Amino acid sequence: MGFALSDDQRLLQETIAGFLSNNVTLDDVRKAAGGDNSVSDRIGDGLTELGLPALLVPKEYGGLGLGLVEAAVLQETLGSAVSPAGFTGAALASIGIAGAASEELKTELLPAIASGAARFAIALSERSGARDNAGIKVEGGRLTGTALFVLDAARATHILVADSEGVLHVLTVDENGVGRTVLSTIDGTRDYAEYRFDNAPATPLTGENQPGMAADRMLAAALILIAADTLGAAQHMLDAAVDYAGEREQFGRPIAQFQAVKHMCAEMAAKLEPCRALVWHAAYAFDSDDPEGPIMACLAKAHLAETGTFVARTATEVHGGMGFTDLLGLHFWFKRIGANRQLFGGPEKTRAEAARLQGWTA
Amino acid sequence: MDLSLGPEYEAFRDATTEFLLSSKEKWSGSGLPMRDPLRLAWQKLLIDQGYAARTIPARYGGYGAEPDILKSRLISEAFAQTGAPPPFANQGVSMLVPTLLEKGSEEQKQAWVGKTLRGETIWCQGYSEPGAGSDLASLRTSAALDGDEYVINGQKIWTSTAAQADMIFCLVRTDPDAPKHHGISYMIFAMDTPGIEVRPLIDMTGSPNFNEVFFTDVRVPLDCVVGEPGQGWAVANATLKHERGMLGDPNAAKTRLLAIVELMKSETLDGERIIDNPVFRDRLVKLQAEVYAMQANGMRVMTASLKGDSAGMAGLVIKLQGCELNHQLAGLAIDVMGELGLLYGETPRIRDRGSWQWRYMYDLGLIIGGGTAQIQKNIIAERGLGMPREPKPQVTA
Repeated sequence: MGFALSDDQRLLQETIAGFLSNNVTLDDVRKAAGGDNSVSDRIGDGLTELGLPALLVPKEYGGLGLGLVEAAVLQETLGSAVSPAGFTGAALASIGIAGAASEELKTELLPAIASGAARFAIALSERSGARDNAGIKVEGGRLTGTALFVLDAARATHILVADSEGVLHVLTVDENGVGRTVLSTIDGTRDYAEYRFDNAPATPLTGENQPGMAADRMLAAALILIAADTLGAAQHMLDAAVDYAGEREQFGRPIAQFQAVKHMCAEMAAKLEPCRALVWHAAYAFDSDDPEGPIMACLAKAHLAETGTFVARTATEVHGGMGFTDLLGLHFWFKRIGANRQLFGGPEKTRAEAARLQGWTA
Repeated sequence: MDLSLGPEYEAFRDATTEFLLSSKEKWSGSGLPMRDPLRLAWQKLLIDQGYAARTIPARYGGYGAEPDILKSRLISEAFAQTGAPPPFANQGVSMLVPTLLEKGSEEQKQAWVGKTLRGETIWCQGYSEPGAGSDLASLRTSAALDGDEYVINGQKIWTSTAAQADMIFCLVRTDPDAPKHHGISYMIFAMDTPGIEVRPLIDMTGSPNFNEVFFTDVRVPLDCVVGEPGQGWAVANATLKHERGMLGDPNAAKTRLLAIVELMKSETLDGERIIDNPVFRDRLVKLQAEVYAMQANGMRVMTASLKGDSAGMAGLVIKLQGCELNHQLAGLAIDVMGELGLLYGETPRIRDRGSWQWRYMYDLGLIIGGGTAQIQKNIIAERGLGMPREPKPQVTA
């Protein structure tokens, strides 16, 4: 028995961290947030070359066949860099298609995901909760309705949509009856879109015994990956706060010597460090089909939302007035953590879901 | 990452559980006084079977197994799961014995380790003083050499089990001229030595969980010193390390959480079960996430120990986070009971003999004791994050 990252997992993490530290500067983040898509294209291509889209694609379909533990560890690294490109679309599409598609469709799509030729936008938000009555209806095999907060839409060739019954559908972005609107959010480090479907033809994934299971598994994976992203972003903010406190002098000494400042940093570390084990454990439970897995995904998402919010706010305060400036750029992390808190359900929503899964409801 | 136990450990776990369940008629636990023959017999049986004092060498009265943290963990889980009375975990067993094994003379080990493990000798700890709490090294209880004896004068506080103890392990100042960390010695002596007075200290729970101990011209032999005279600070730090490991056990938090779920299912407000109230449920799940985080963190710390690695930050946060979490769990239980949570002592309608109320108060003591939360934050900041110490104030003439 052992509950630690293996040497291979650490190496994988270091490889991606090395790529990101060479290729994602604060300037790049700023450009991406300003709407310059060339940055996310360049980083996305680099991550594809490193094999990230193939991570969760089963080996027999040309992928790496790794698990959510590896995915979460890498997502943590992406969050730490507030990387404007990632592999959420590929990871979630791999889970959904491997879980629900026919053999023929798997053979067609999974190798294309692995190579980066097929890039998936993920329209799953309504599976966790619908805002503005959004949702997708199916009539005569065609999709009608709206999907909000679709992830990874900017570079997408395909869309994976969960309809209101939880059945998954695949279509290409240039299909008739598909309209995309880019949503402007606080978080410039990711693209968010809204898709409108008007009688759009799509291929339903009918290979699952119980419709909705693959969508729910995608959702559990999404919760864990978002939690991991927050973990990385929050750890970065804590490290930045500790560094800044060591450099900034007031009253003739570094502010890191003042207990008021030290205790803020200690509280961040004390709350954040156990989150790392929680994310690992939730990912491990997902990979091993633990019956508690879906509960742990909700707990990890909700707990990282709360802890991330605390760290984002406290680390900004340690930076004093500088933390509030655009110049320092700390706000990109603050906003990414803020966006993660709401995506696929805020903490109240995910805790209610955890309670429901345990039968603690009236 | 692999959380499966494998056949050897599964067999060990099953054998432990089976032994505990099959010896149910010998169970004798916390309801009985410390020296009750039934309790001592149960403790002896546990040592003989290797479920207590497991890794302590047999020549000193232990079971003599090789250290195996996973087996130790499985044993403690088996006690929790079966409800069997756990082995003694008093200050003698948890703190004095490891210290003697590390720093004591052969005579001291022979004299005290076995008796302490078997519960025949009860110990108390004389560290804190009214003027030396977080700044423990400023302690002033003095031990002056007089021929072949030390003469001790001073006062200790927060001394649990002092009234029952046969012996005390105690920090005293043997060299008033040395720098404060260097003039201290670690001594062990009998509590019935003339000149020792114990006064109970009633705490907010209403019970004398602690005492004050006064020393007036207490004469003790020279060989009561553990390690060398003047080395007491280093000897004590070996002990404090063991104490911090004792507090904030994540399995205890999990047990509490499950008890609160049951409480929320049985308590009602306006005829509605508390667990059906979404506001209370949200608080429950919020704490559940923290319990799961601390449990996973505990697995991570254990894995590091198994490999002989330092657990780093994951280890440093356990006392602070674990004690805080236990306190918050007790706080939720009281809110679940509402007005019924006010009840305390012998009274109608009291739930679970007032144990949640007691824990809510006692846990606040644990947040303060064994290194306050603020001292823990200094440790996390300095040792974990590498932040600088606060500079010593300039002394002006």
